[in-house]
Amino acid sequence: MSLLQVEGLRKTFGDVVVLDDFSLSVERGQCVVLIGPSGCGKSTALRCINLLERVDDGVITLAGTDITDPRVNADRVRARMGIVFQAYNLFPHLSVADNITLAPVRVHKTPRADARRKALEMLDRVGLADKADARPDALSGGQQQRVAIARAMVNNPELLLLDEVTSALDPELVGDVLDLLVSLRRDGMTMVLATHEMAFARDVADRVCFLDGGRVREDGTPAEVLESPTQERTRRFLARIRERRPIDAE
Amino acid sequence: MTVSVPPSAETGGGAWQPSAREAERRRYRRSRTVRSVLIASASTLVVIAAVTLAVVSSPGWPRVRRTFFNPEKARDALPAVLDGLWLNIRILLIASVMIAVLGLTLALMRTLRGPVFFPLRAFATAYTDIFRGLPLLLVIFLLGFGVPALRLDGLPQDMVVWGGLAIVLSYSAYVAEVFRAGIESVHPSQRAAARSLGLTHAQTMRHVVLPQAVRRVMPPLLNDFVSLMKDSGLIAVLGVVDAIRAAQIETAIDFNFTPYVVAGALFVCLTVPTTRIADYYARKKGWYGPGTLL
Repeated sequence: MSLLQVEGLRKTFGDVVVLDDFSLSVERGQCVVLIGPSGCGKSTALRCINLLERVDDGVITLAGTDITDPRVNADRVRARMGIVFQAYNLFPHLSVADNITLAPVRVHKTPRADARRKALEMLDRVGLADKADARPDALSGGQQQRVAIARAMVNNPELLLLDEVTSALDPELVGDVLDLLVSLRRDGMTMVLATHEMAFARDVADRVCFLDGGRVREDGTPAEVLESPTQERTRRFLARIRERRPIDAE
Repeated sequence: MTVSVPPSAETGGGAWQPSAREAERRRYRRSRTVRSVLIASASTLVVIAAVTLAVVSSPGWPRVRRTFFNPEKARDALPAVLDGLWLNIRILLIASVMIAVLGLTLALMRTLRGPVFFPLRAFATAYTDIFRGLPLLLVIFLLGFGVPALRLDGLPQDMVVWGGLAIVLSYSAYVAEVFRAGIESVHPSQRAAARSLGLTHAQTMRHVVLPQAVRRVMPPLLNDFVSLMKDSGLIAVLGVVDAIRAAQIETAIDFNFTPYVVAGALFVCLTVPTTRIADYYARKKGWYGPGTLL
C-alpha cells in the first residue's frame, strides 16, 4: 500500500483551475520530485496534501485513510506530516529552539525539557547547534531554511513535503540545504519536493513527475523523465531550463 | 484497505461536474453547517428565554417595565430625543473628519527621521501624551468654560464649537496612536523597495506605507468612530442638548426612564449598521487578506 495516494485531485481559485485530475502515488521511503513551470500547481498540490487547502474534488489517502473526508480531524492529519515552505515561515517572535519545540510541547505534549533536548539534537543535525537561542532574523536564509526543516522533522513525520525550499536562497547556501535533504533521504524519510533543482532531482529522487496544466504529464525515474522524456511539453521545459543553467555544469 | 476512486472528470473548462464522492462530502459539510446553525440558534433561544423569564417573573418587573419600557412615554419623548440625536450626528460627522486629519498628521510627524524634525517629533509625542492622559470631561470644561472666560474678541461663543473642539483634540491623540501602530506594522522591506525606486520619504508614505497601514487599522479606527458617536454626547455638560440630555429632560418630567432607553436604542441603531457596512466594504475590497481554511 502506498503511503500517499492522490487520485483525481481538483482545486480551483475562483475561475482559475490550478489542479485538474492530478494523481500521484508515493511509496514509503520514496523521494518524489515534482517539476514543472511556474503556476503548474506544484505548490498547490503540496498544500492540498497538507490539508492547508480544501480540495474541490478527488481523494487523498495517507496510509490508507481518506484524509479529504470532512469527518477526519485535519489537525491530527497535519501533525503526521511536515511541510517546509519556500519563505521558511519561521515564527519571528520565538527563538530558534522555541520554533522547533512549539509543536512537540503544544501538540504532542512532550515535556519541555525533552522537547528542548530533541530540538538541540535536531539543530546539531542541521549544523546549527550554536544558534538555538538566536532569533530567526539573526540567521541567513539558508540557516533559516534549515531551522524550518528541523522544525518539520522534529515531530517524526511520516511524510515530508518541501515546497521550493531552495528557491529563495542564494546559490552558496543552496548546497547546505540540499545536503541536509540528501541525508534525510538516506535515513529513509518519505519526501515529496517541488523544486527547480534539476541536479538534485537527477541524483537523489526515486521518481520525477513533470506537471503541466494542473496534472502529472510524465512520471518515471529521473533518467526516464529528464533524459528521454516522451512528451514534447516536457522536452521543451527541460530544454528551457538547460539553456539557462546547464545541468552538467553544476 | 482499498480506496474507491472517483471517476476522473474529463474537463474542458465549464464541463466539470463534481464526482459522487465530492457530492457526498458537500452534502456532509452542508449537513454539519445546518446542524451547527440549529444548535447555535437553539442555544441562543434558550438563553434569551431564560433571561427573559428571569426578568419578567421577578417581583419588581411590572414597575421596571412601567419606568423603563413605557410605549406611550417612548412615543412622547421620541421627537425631542431625535432632535438631540441630530446634533450628535452633526458633531460626529464634522469631528471625525477633523480627527482623522489631525490624528494622521500627528502620526506622520512621529515617523519623521533626522535631527531637523526633532521639534515636530517632540511636539507630536507631547501632544499624544497629554491629551491621552487628560480626562475628556476636563478638556471639555477647560475649553467650554475656560476659553470664553478669557473674553477675547472674535472667538466663537457657541458651546457646540468648543465642546466639539475638545473632543477633536482628545480623540486625535488616540487616533494618532492607532495610525502610528499601523504605519509601524508595515514591513521595512516595503519602505526599502519604495525608496530604492527613487520615491521620497513623503511619496513612500503616501503611495506605499499609508495605503497598507490604513487598511490594517480599519477595525480599531471603527472602534474609535463608534466610541466617538457616544462621547459626542459629553458636550451636554456645557448646556447643549444632545440625545442623552434631551432624554434626561424628558425623564425629569415624571421620573420615567423610558427616554434613556429610547436614546440608547437609537445609538445602537446607528452604530450597528455603520460597523457592518464598513466591515463588509473592507472584506469585499480584500483589505483583511484572503479568507483561508485555517
